[in-house]
Amino acid sequence: MSDLESRLSGGDEESPLLSIRNLSVDYVGRSAVRAVDDLSLDIRRGEIFGLLGESGSGKSTAILAALRLLPPPAVIVSGQVMFEGVDLLTLDEGALRRLRFRRIAVVLQSAMNALSPVLSIGEQITDVILAHEAASRGDAWARAGELLELVGIEAVRLRSYPHELSGGMRQRVGLAVALALRPALVVLDEPTTALDVVVERQILQRLAELSHARGFSILLVSHDVSSMLEFCDRLGVLYAGRVCEVAPRADLESGARHPYTRGLLDSLLSRHQAGTRLVGIPGAPPDIARPPSGCRFHPRCAFRVDLCEHTIPPLFAPAAGRALACHRPLQLVPPDVDASVPPRRTP
Amino acid sequence: MSEVPKALLEVRQLTKTFSVRSLSGQQAVTAADRVSFDLRGGEVVALVGQSGSGKSTILRVLAGLEAPSEGEVHLHGKPVLGRGLRPTLAFRRSVQIVLQDPFASLNPVHTVAHHLERPLLRHRLVSDRRALALRQAELLASVGLEPTADFLLKKPHELSGGQRQRVAIARALAVTPEIILADEPTSMLDVSVRVGILNLLADLKLSRGLSYLYVTHDLASARYLSDRLLVLCAGRVVESGPTESVIQEPAHPYTRQLLAASGLH
Repeated sequence: MSDLESRLSGGDEESPLLSIRNLSVDYVGRSAVRAVDDLSLDIRRGEIFGLLGESGSGKSTAILAALRLLPPPAVIVSGQVMFEGVDLLTLDEGALRRLRFRRIAVVLQSAMNALSPVLSIGEQITDVILAHEAASRGDAWARAGELLELVGIEAVRLRSYPHELSGGMRQRVGLAVALALRPALVVLDEPTTALDVVVERQILQRLAELSHARGFSILLVSHDVSSMLEFCDRLGVLYAGRVCEVAPRADLESGARHPYTRGLLDSLLSRHQAGTRLVGIPGAPPDIARPPSGCRFHPRCAFRVDLCEHTIPPLFAPAAGRALACHRPLQLVPPDVDASVPPRRTP
Repeated sequence: MSEVPKALLEVRQLTKTFSVRSLSGQQAVTAADRVSFDLRGGEVVALVGQSGSGKSTILRVLAGLEAPSEGEVHLHGKPVLGRGLRPTLAFRRSVQIVLQDPFASLNPVHTVAHHLERPLLRHRLVSDRRALALRQAELLASVGLEPTADFLLKKPHELSGGQRQRVAIARALAVTPEIILADEPTSMLDVSVRVGILNLLADLKLSRGLSYLYVTHDLASARYLSDRLLVLCAGRVVESGPTESVIQEPAHPYTRQLLAASGLH
C-alpha cells in the first residue's frame, strides 16, 4: 500500500493536495446500492485533474461525498479524504464551513441557477468575501470587480442582476464567486454541461489559464471526454463506481492500458480518421444496483479471461502518477513500432 | 437535358418567426431566416450550429410540427409545406423524425410493442395481428434489439439510453419513410454508446436507401455521418458544402469556432 501511496501521488516528495483513500458510498433504500466502491485518488498541487465517467459511474457522487456535500440517502460507508492535513470526513461542521470557499471552492452544474435573483452580482460576490474575511465593503466591491474581469465579464456588470445575464455569464459569475477567496482547490462538477459548446470551451480555457497563473488545483468532473483530454493534466476514469485507470493526459492518449479507457478513446469522433468506421464499446454501462461480478467491465470487455468474471482487479501503480485496475492490461506499443497503426482489439 | 438527379426534398427560402412578449411589447424573433437547400436521395445533410442557431426549428418545420412563416418545401417536386398547405398523411409517411431525448420521446407507461404498433395501425400498414407481430419483430431486429420477443414487452424504464434511441429509430422506420430528420440523436447518450447509434444510422441509410437531415452542434459527428454540411448562425446559413471540404477549409470564422469546440481544429 505504501508503494501505491507514493506512486498514486506521482512519487514525488511533495504530498498531494487532496488524497482520497478507499472511499465507498452507498445510496440507502430498501436495499443499499454501492455507488462508489473503494475509490482512491490523489490531486496534486497546481494540477488540473479530470475525473471522467459515463452516466451512473459514480463520479459526481464520489466527489460530492468526499467534500461532505451529499445529502441522504447517500451514506459514506468508509474511507478517508485528507486535505491539508485534516480528514474532511471526520471534520466538525464549523471547521468544514471555514474551509469552504476559503480553501476548497465548488462550482456545480447548476451554479448558474444558484444566484439570488434579488441581489446584484456585485452584492453576491462581496457577501462571500465579507463572510470569510475582514475587509471593508469598498475593498470587497473592488475585488468583486477584479474577479469578474478575471472570468471575462466587464466590471460594470457588478450592478447587473442574474436575469440580465446569459447562462454562460451566470456560470462565469459562479466561477468568480468560487475564486473570490483564492482557494487551493476548485472543484467543478459538470460545470459546462448546460452550456453551449462554444461557451463551454471559452470557460474551460479561461479556467485553465487561471489555474496555471495562480497555481490552484482544479478537480473537474465530467463525461465530456474530448474537452477533458484537452484541458486536464491528469485524468482518472471511473466505471460503475470503481477506478479503472489514472494517467497523465499524454500517456492516456498514447497508451491507455485499461480496455474501457481504450474503448472510450476509440469512441471519440474527434479522433476519427475520414473513411474509417469507429467501433465504440458493445453493450451499455451496467445498472449499479446489480453490478456485474468480478471486474465490472468484463461483460463488455473483448480481453476478458475467466479471472475477470469472479475476481475484482486490485488497483495498482504501474508507474509514477498512474494507477490501473485490470487483470489483463493492454500492452503499450513501443514508439519505434509503426505508431500510425493503433493496436487493434481482436474480439 | 442535364442528368442532375432531382432533389428529394427542396427547401426554399424557409423562414420561421416567433412572436415573443417582452417588456417593450410584442417582438418578432426570426429563428430561421430564408434558409434554402436540397436533400437528395440517399444523402445525409448535416445542419450544424450553436444553441439558438435555429437548427431544431428548421427540423420541426420540416417535420410538419410547426408551420413555416414564409417559404416552401417540395417533396418529389410537389409542394408539401408552405402557406395554405397542411401536411398530409402521405407526407408524414415519407418524412419521420427522431428526437434528441429518448427519455422524453417514448411514453413511459407503454411497452416497446405499443410504440411500434401505433404508426403501423395509424397508417394502415398491416392487415392483421399476425402481420403486425411480424413487422414489429422485423423492425426491432433491424435496429439490433434482439431477442425481439423480450424487447417488445419492455417499457422504456427497463431500457438503457442507447436502447431507447434504437426504439425511437425503429418507430420512425415503421412507416418506411424516405427521409429521417434526426435532432441530435446521440447528444444525450454516453460516449461509448454514441458510435453504435451513428453506425446504425449509417447502415440503415445504405440498406434502406434513406436520406437524413442530421441536426447537431458537434461537427465531429457531422463529419462521421454526413455528405454535406450547412452551418447555421442566428437562423441563417453562413456556410455550406461537402462535409470534408468545409471541415478542411472553413471559410467562416463561426465554422472555425464550432470546429474548435468539437475538438477538430
